[in-house]
Amino acid sequence: MLLSTVNLSKSFGGLMAVNSVDFSIKKGQIVAIIGPNGSGKTTFFNVVSGIHRPSAGKIFFNGEDITGAPVYERTLKGIARTFQTTTLFSNATVLDNVIVGHRLRTKTGFWDVLTRNRRFKEDERKCREKALEVLEFAGLSNLADRPVENIPQEARKRVAIAMALATDPQLVLLDEPAAGINFDETAGITELVRKMQKRGLTVCLIEHKMQMVMNLAEHIMVLNQGMKIAEGTPEEVANNKVVIEAYLGSDDDAEDD
Amino acid sequence: MALFTRKNCPALALVILSLILPLVITNKYFMHVIIMGYIWAIAVYGLNIILGYTGQTALGHAGFMGIGAYTAGLLNLKLGLSFWPAMVLACLFTAFLGWLAGIVSLRTRGHYFSIFTLCVGVIIHVVITRWDDLTGGMNGLIGISGPPPAGPVSFDSLQAQYYLVLFFLLATIFVAGRVVNSLVGRTLTAIKTSEELTEVLGINTMKNKIFAFVLATFFAGLAGALYAGYIKFLGPQMCSVSMTFDMLLYLFVGGNGTIAGPLIGSLVLSTITESLQVVQEYRTVIFGPILIVLIIFFPRGLYGGYEILRDRIRRRLPAREAPEGAKEEVC
Amino acid sequence: MDLFLQQIINGLTTGSIYCLVALGLTLVYGVMHLPNFAHGSLYMMGAFITLTLIKSSGLNYWLAMLASAVALAAIGIAAERLVFHPLRNAPHANNLIAAVGLLLFLEGLAHVIWGPEFWQLPTPYDRVVQFLGLTITQQRLFIVAATLVLLAGLYLFLKKTLVGASIEAMSQDRKGASLVGIKVSRVSMLTFAIATGLAAVAASLAGPINLVYPSMGHIVILKAFVIIVLGGMGSLPGAVLGGYILGLAESMGATYISMAYKDLIAFAILVLILSLRPTGLLSGGVK
Repeated sequence: MLLSTVNLSKSFGGLMAVNSVDFSIKKGQIVAIIGPNGSGKTTFFNVVSGIHRPSAGKIFFNGEDITGAPVYERTLKGIARTFQTTTLFSNATVLDNVIVGHRLRTKTGFWDVLTRNRRFKEDERKCREKALEVLEFAGLSNLADRPVENIPQEARKRVAIAMALATDPQLVLLDEPAAGINFDETAGITELVRKMQKRGLTVCLIEHKMQMVMNLAEHIMVLNQGMKIAEGTPEEVANNKVVIEAYLGSDDDAEDD
Repeated sequence: MALFTRKNCPALALVILSLILPLVITNKYFMHVIIMGYIWAIAVYGLNIILGYTGQTALGHAGFMGIGAYTAGLLNLKLGLSFWPAMVLACLFTAFLGWLAGIVSLRTRGHYFSIFTLCVGVIIHVVITRWDDLTGGMNGLIGISGPPPAGPVSFDSLQAQYYLVLFFLLATIFVAGRVVNSLVGRTLTAIKTSEELTEVLGINTMKNKIFAFVLATFFAGLAGALYAGYIKFLGPQMCSVSMTFDMLLYLFVGGNGTIAGPLIGSLVLSTITESLQVVQEYRTVIFGPILIVLIIFFPRGLYGGYEILRDRIRRRLPAREAPEGAKEEVC
Repeated sequence: MDLFLQQIINGLTTGSIYCLVALGLTLVYGVMHLPNFAHGSLYMMGAFITLTLIKSSGLNYWLAMLASAVALAAIGIAAERLVFHPLRNAPHANNLIAAVGLLLFLEGLAHVIWGPEFWQLPTPYDRVVQFLGLTITQQRLFIVAATLVLLAGLYLFLKKTLVGASIEAMSQDRKGASLVGIKVSRVSMLTFAIATGLAAVAASLAGPINLVYPSMGHIVILKAFVIIVLGGMGSLPGAVLGGYILGLAESMGATYISMAYKDLIAFAILVLILSLRPTGLLSGGVK
């Protein structure tokens, strides 16, 4: 298991946003977390990536307990993530954005930048090369020198993924990578996620576009009101009665029956 | 690597200009104004690192400059240390206090950080004002010795002091420039834009913010020590909150988050103030609204405005947009 | 014991002034997310306007105070329109810097108009009264009473009127408020007017016991910031409570600890609290 959570819970002032979730991701898999709005998917991501401290439970990565580790340490260990809203450093170019993504793998400090020594040059080169490499991988080479604020929405989604890739991750958490983009563009992102898997990466995504999820994921977890209500292959999940009810219930009122 | 690249030309021209300035200017008072402008600029470069590049609105900067100045002054007066070791110790001590203040204050964010650091500045000012036995209170410290001769070079003349301050100003700009144009600088700018995203990219933002704060207070300490050695008198007024507001003015008029901004702001504003009688009298009545107008229309100040203009002209003249390698072309 | 009671009265007096200033500051912060560093200089302007009205036209203390509050409300509206409204979507450091610009301008203006001298505001309540065996100036009692009346009035305004309710709604949820049809910019202007009006009243009340001079707002505004950080930025009850607590803590501290470092008490408390709880005392720990 690359990542596993045991009894993971997060409450905000008495409200259980994530409630005793046991979940595991195998190395090399593409897995998806689905659920109605407000079911705790993003909170689950936030707890796994360390933005929120869990109220209870444990998180293991490569067998190591990372429950108490700060956000940056988890990224160093190999967990990268993107955000739902494409948070980028908007006043810089695409390339500049991605270069920062590899900073964590360098050791350049004050003395090195002052003297511009070998390590400084080596690290600057390393970050630039890494950035160019992941930009090419994400199909963004032609946009590298454009300011991020002037590129289309789909390209921004790709930049966000490229930044995550620049951190040299093992596991990439994608929070709605296809939100707000059209059908063709969604296909493009789907392709990119596949390519990531072929590269040996493990991917876990939250997504509302069912077609994309069913198409990509080998394993799906369904959350509802913070609880895991089902788990399995796309077929198993699609035919699960509880899941269907949960999805219908989110539109009408589930508590009536 | 040629020294005279096209990119370096304006900077080198300015350095040469600053070197021959004392030969051109004979007015002693004007010389003094420029020296003071340089000293303020050194402190403002510090503010630029933490505020302009890292995005943390620290408002205790004059307090730290006061610590540098009083440390240098007291080491000289009470322990008889000469200017040079006193200066070094003053910088280190200020940076150490900056580190301590940074550890606690940088855990707060946004407006809380501003209010916190403002209070730190006020505390420093009140302590310096009230600790009569040590600092002389409102009477201040009198009779601090200037720098003793370094080998054959004496620092008695105004010209010599000008060159001394200029040397440290250039060193400050050099250090600030190297930090900003590097992975370290990129990291700081990333924190300014989004602390959360930077943390998710695997960067220990706290460590980086503390580094920026320590560097900022180090420059404040340096400016303070130079001030003590040049003016030779210290009063608590020099580290009051109003002085921090003055530095904000210099930074934002010159260009917040730009490498030339602190120098432009400090120099332009202090020379205008001192050379025009009207401005001197109505100083803040004039500069207050200017600051507001700039922050609304040119948030990156004069130099930021110049950069926008320059980029616009360059875009209109595509022929000059040379590829990466050609920029090293000899001037 | 007498000394203790005397200090309680002194603390309540100072606390009343702190309350009124901190209330304005926290209202503006709640509604506009603006730490208005210029609030102290608006307070100073209020004192000077009252002073000028009394000195030049011999206006009655009350009327002068009222006129000053109206004038300051107008200045507040102008400041909101000209300075802070254009910056409503800018990064948070920018409106803070703009507030500093406004502060510099107002203080410079006061210097030009009134000079750097210290003035005392004349008051009709300058007699000394015997109260519970203590000697107190009427003005101090008057400050405490007037503040209580103003607090009650503000409370009724916010709770019982529609306009007041919209201010409260906006300080709780700006976006939500605009969705339910509250005119955001009108409420912002009104909030500024109330805040600066309160500052003018506070300054006119404090004028006779403190002195009036261009930089008189500095220390007051700093303490008001300490109060609203302690009481929770944007919280009205927090500002009232914090104001009285700080007033009492200072007068006790000045008597029993150190007069020279009296002004440090507030800042020391703030530094201590923010060091232990970086998000403030009453934030509930949510980011």
